[in-house]
Amino acid sequence: MTRIAVLGAGHVGPVIARVAIEAGYDVSISASGDPAEIELITQVLVPGAEARWAADAVADADLVVLSIPLHKFATFDPDLVAGKLVVDTMNYWPPVDGVQELFDDDRFGSSEIVQRRLARSTVVKTLNHLGYHELADDRRPVGSPERRALGVAGGRTAVDLVAGVIEDIGYDTVRLDGLRAGRLLEPGGPVFGVALSRAEFESTVSAEAA
Amino acid sequence: MTTAVPEAGGGFPLVLGLDTFGDLTSDEQGRPLSHAQTIRDLVEQGVLADQVGLDFFGIGEHHTDDFPLSAADVVLGAIAARTERIHVGSAVTVLSSDDPVRVFQRYSTLNALSGGRAEVILGRGSSIDSFPLFGYDLADYEDLFEEKTNLFAELLKGSPVNWEGKTRASLHDQDVVPHLENGTLPTWIGVGGSPQSVIRAAHYGFSLMLAIIGGSPSRFAPFSQLFHKALDSFGRDPLPVGVHSPGHVAATDEQAREEFWPRYLEVITHVSKTRGFAIPTKQSFLAEVGPHGALFVGSPETVAQKIAANLKTLGANRFDLKYGMGGLSHAALMTNIELFGTQVAPRVRELMAS
Ligand SMILES: NC(=O)c1ccc[n+]([C@@H]2O[C@H](COP(=O)([O-])OP(=O)(O)OC[C@H]3O[C@@H](n4cnc5c(N)ncnc54)[C@H](OP(=O)(O)O)[C@@H]3O)[C@@H](O)[C@H]2O)c1
Repeated sequence: MTRIAVLGAGHVGPVIARVAIEAGYDVSISASGDPAEIELITQVLVPGAEARWAADAVADADLVVLSIPLHKFATFDPDLVAGKLVVDTMNYWPPVDGVQELFDDDRFGSSEIVQRRLARSTVVKTLNHLGYHELADDRRPVGSPERRALGVAGGRTAVDLVAGVIEDIGYDTVRLDGLRAGRLLEPGGPVFGVALSRAEFESTVSAEAA
Repeated sequence: MTTAVPEAGGGFPLVLGLDTFGDLTSDEQGRPLSHAQTIRDLVEQGVLADQVGLDFFGIGEHHTDDFPLSAADVVLGAIAARTERIHVGSAVTVLSSDDPVRVFQRYSTLNALSGGRAEVILGRGSSIDSFPLFGYDLADYEDLFEEKTNLFAELLKGSPVNWEGKTRASLHDQDVVPHLENGTLPTWIGVGGSPQSVIRAAHYGFSLMLAIIGGSPSRFAPFSQLFHKALDSFGRDPLPVGVHSPGHVAATDEQAREEFWPRYLEVITHVSKTRGFAIPTKQSFLAEVGPHGALFVGSPETVAQKIAANLKTLGANRFDLKYGMGGLSHAALMTNIELFGTQVAPRVRELMAS
């Protein structure tokens, strides 16, 4: 069984943790400090998950989900996730988050910059382009005509692994080759915040890439 | 009132109110009115809300051309002076970029003017316009909100105030005036989806206002549970839970949708550029208007049924309809308020009592 460590207990983290638990994964959740502070949140919002110190949770995890505010990333310790597969759910959207020096470089997508900083981890971008309030509601079983597609961008092997988790959660996936292609999933991009089937998603991103 | 107050979540009395962001209104030809006229119209709307028997009228702080309501407390003061019964308050005050001492002073003044009818809903601020305006860094918003909430809680205990922090000058045996006449100022924390804000509200003993603006309201039910458990763990008594959601009431479902949809599309399309919202489609709009969505748009019966169902699901005892949407006319808003007070509110009371 894949063990997932979700980092972040804000708007997004607990929702991801919950859908992962419901898909049968072994899930822990961590904030920046003492797990006692998020114990109640975990019990009520993510029953079945364990609140843990980030370092302990990551050490035991096969997959780390990074759901912290982007402005906290500049001080996030890369050693914490060295050697790990990291799912980057974060967005850089200056009108909402303000301009951030580390990410203020339009030659690169935000996940490319995350990968550069987390040089000893393997970064995959997904789950960033649908609202956290939709993540649980919009799940559908395989084959449902309403099943939404999510983009998963990164290196081939890592993407296959993460896409498997996303599909178990209740979404189709469209695999994008390389984090560079992950820029298509960013705020302001063609699929951001839009509910699309796999076919619609594929034609939208190929139209954009062309 | 001689009739028994119907009980909802936690045995607290049912409260039905209206919130506005002071959305710029248009004339009958659809031409935008001035900021000044929008603000004067707002006072009329607040007075009507009182006349039709509503419990609360709230104004949210914004600093943009579409929502020129940067000094909500001044407008609330004008409404207070012309009403006797309705409670008036912020919905929300962006505490992170304000000075808690000034917020306390303004709302304590409003409380004096209104004879104890002032309330405050504190928010961390999801629209960022106030941060650069007042010289705050968005990267500090968690710390700002935490510290300022802490100071506000101290101020509510009354003078003398002693407080130390990093975000403003410390206070030593400071008398902060005007003193609250009856010792309290009902204070809520507005929560859009952060469980840590729910815990914070419970920690300080503030009531919980769930701002539900998209998706299924029922997904907030665990937040109510979290709030009650957190209050319990802090050794506090139960406190009320409220819901704030956008909507529009007209004579029929069709009319309400036809009036609201084009304005909603235009406003959300406009703010999507700066807030990262998805542009709605007719299909997504109809889903939000339906029984499992967050928009309360329809006839009085449709909206009343939806409010009652959601209050029950969420264990809440208060519903504030965020009425208005940039470009709707003052006349359409007045009709909305009239229908909300005379038809929706009595029907919700009936449904909640049954
Ligand atoms: N809005 C959406 O619909 C949406 C959708 C997908 C993705 N996103 C992205 O998701 C990310 C998280 O957003 P949010 O709204 O959930 O943020 P949030 O509510 O502010 O929560 C942030 C959480 O991260 C924790 N945290 C901060 N630094 C940490 C660290 N170094 N290690 C572990 N945990 C840490 C915080 O814990 P403490 O309180 O202990 O510091 C807190 O629990 C953002 O980058 C956002 O762009 C948003």
